[in-house]
Amino acid sequence: MGEPAIVLDAAAVRIGRRTIWSDVSMRVDRGGFVALLGANGSGKSTLLRALLGALPASAGRIEVLGRAPGAASGEIGYLPQRRSFAPQTRLRGVDVVRLGFDGDRWGVPLALSWGRGAGRAREARRRVAQVIELVGAASYAERPIGELSGGEQQRLLIAQALARRPRLLLLDEPLDSLDLPNQAAVAALVGEICRVEGVAALLVAHDVNPLLAYLDRVVYLAAGHAVEGPVEEVVTTQALTRLYGAPVEVLRASDGRLVVVGQPEPPAHHHDRHDDGAHDHGHVAAHDEGHAG
Amino acid sequence: MPADAAHPTLTWDVAHDVSQLLEYHFMLNALLAGSVVAVMAGLVGWAMVLRREAFAGHTLSMMAFPGASAAALAGVPAALGYFLFCAAGAAALGALSSARRISWSDQSAGIGAVQALALAAGFLFVSLYGGVLGDLENLLFGSLLGVSDGQVLLLVTVAAATIAALAALGRPLLFASVDADVAAARGVPVRALSLAFLLLLGLAVAATSQITGVLLVFALLVAPAAGAQALTARPLASLALTVALGLLVVWLGLGIAYFSVYPAGFFVATVAFATYLLCRLLAQGRRLLRRRGRAQGEGEDAPAQRAGVIA
Repeated sequence: MGEPAIVLDAAAVRIGRRTIWSDVSMRVDRGGFVALLGANGSGKSTLLRALLGALPASAGRIEVLGRAPGAASGEIGYLPQRRSFAPQTRLRGVDVVRLGFDGDRWGVPLALSWGRGAGRAREARRRVAQVIELVGAASYAERPIGELSGGEQQRLLIAQALARRPRLLLLDEPLDSLDLPNQAAVAALVGEICRVEGVAALLVAHDVNPLLAYLDRVVYLAAGHAVEGPVEEVVTTQALTRLYGAPVEVLRASDGRLVVVGQPEPPAHHHDRHDDGAHDHGHVAAHDEGHAG
Repeated sequence: MPADAAHPTLTWDVAHDVSQLLEYHFMLNALLAGSVVAVMAGLVGWAMVLRREAFAGHTLSMMAFPGASAAALAGVPAALGYFLFCAAGAAALGALSSARRISWSDQSAGIGAVQALALAAGFLFVSLYGGVLGDLENLLFGSLLGVSDGQVLLLVTVAAATIAALAALGRPLLFASVDADVAAARGVPVRALSLAFLLLLGLAVAATSQITGVLLVFALLVAPAAGAQALTARPLASLALTVALGLLVVWLGLGIAYFSVYPAGFFVATVAFATYLLCRLLAQGRRLLRRRGRAQGEGEDAPAQRAGVIA
């Protein structure tokens, strides 16, 4: 199996003078499906950025696919938070997926009909069709992406992230803008991708419930620290109360859904998020909007 | 006006009309320059429309005014002023947009401020020059029928360089344009590309506005690309359509102008607008048809979607 997809060993990340979280240890195995949970501002996106190599660890060790963060970016499929295309975006879904395959290569993909170019173009088309089939987007992939629904766009973006056969998927709140049936469908899809393609996935979520049936483990970030383990060990009254350092109660509904009650909001996280700097700016607005709605 | 001197008359014999059209050197030059500009402006404009940077493009075209007046003041060729000011403008806009990922409305306000400053500077240079700027009308509306051999050569060179650069940037530029976050995570230099594209846009605008004038650049930069993108979302098809529409606009506009006493720029811009309108209407009509078709097929679609959700 080789080395695990993600290893954090007593890691900490600091932005400016503020420590976002510290002493976080976790591990995502090959082909494993792990949810990253926590309230707003608990540092979930920061953790993804650290894994992408955009932020250095200020203490401890972070390893991604056996290498330093950032060194393996070609083998990571990344889905940023809450992305939707403007309605007037005049590009088909299949083109957006194709960009995930070779969008970072210079030049233009001329329709070469001879030599190596032809083989590469054929391979690209084959892989693009394959991932579109995998996410179940074949019926609408030829339509302009701006005209598609949030769920349809999200599936195509997952296909885009998968195009280059990554060994690790980092998904930042992919369920956020979706209605309940689509949340369930996308959660099932990610679970299936992990199984079928042998890809490890770390999925950031607000709510663990749509994911319960598919997850291997969860990481729960709160109060600058984290607990990691199987859902039934982490999302419990005892574990979360210890993590938050304040009384938190986990209730189980009759249908098996988990409800976390009484989690304290982190103080003044808005200011802190603005301190994050340029990279996170687009996300802040989207985040706040999500909460008003 | 050379067109007046020609006294051409339109007949029903198309071959005769075309041979009349090509009889004069100025007309050949106009067609050549117009075609080169149509291809270059079409391709650069396609990326500009996709990136929704039309306002930035418009501002860059305004740079020609301070450029030309500063060149007159300094006694250097106008073309030099065009290129220098467009490049400076592109750099200023690039600095604005990459200072931070600010919201689009903030950015357009900043672009507007740059534009106002540029026009004010042009005004100052004109008054310092202390007289009427000789070619003010040419500056604003172009001189399609007065293109020199040297200008054609310069245009061909600039167009070749611009198109080559655009082709080299191709895929990453497209990636960064529609999906900046993921492109950046993949190691695409998004900010550098944004600046590079603005410089290319400046180059294309400077070259184009020498022929079509400052105010008419947009006819060739926006209309064909916007029209083509309204009609198809396939990148290669809409690129090809953009170039074809641009050439059609130039040829038709010049052809009509040749047999008329009115200025060529007017016809080029009018044909461009008509083309854009036609494309939008076609797209609208097709959308209506498709919606009707989908409404009929709805009954079969819904259960399939629900099954997908459960699976």
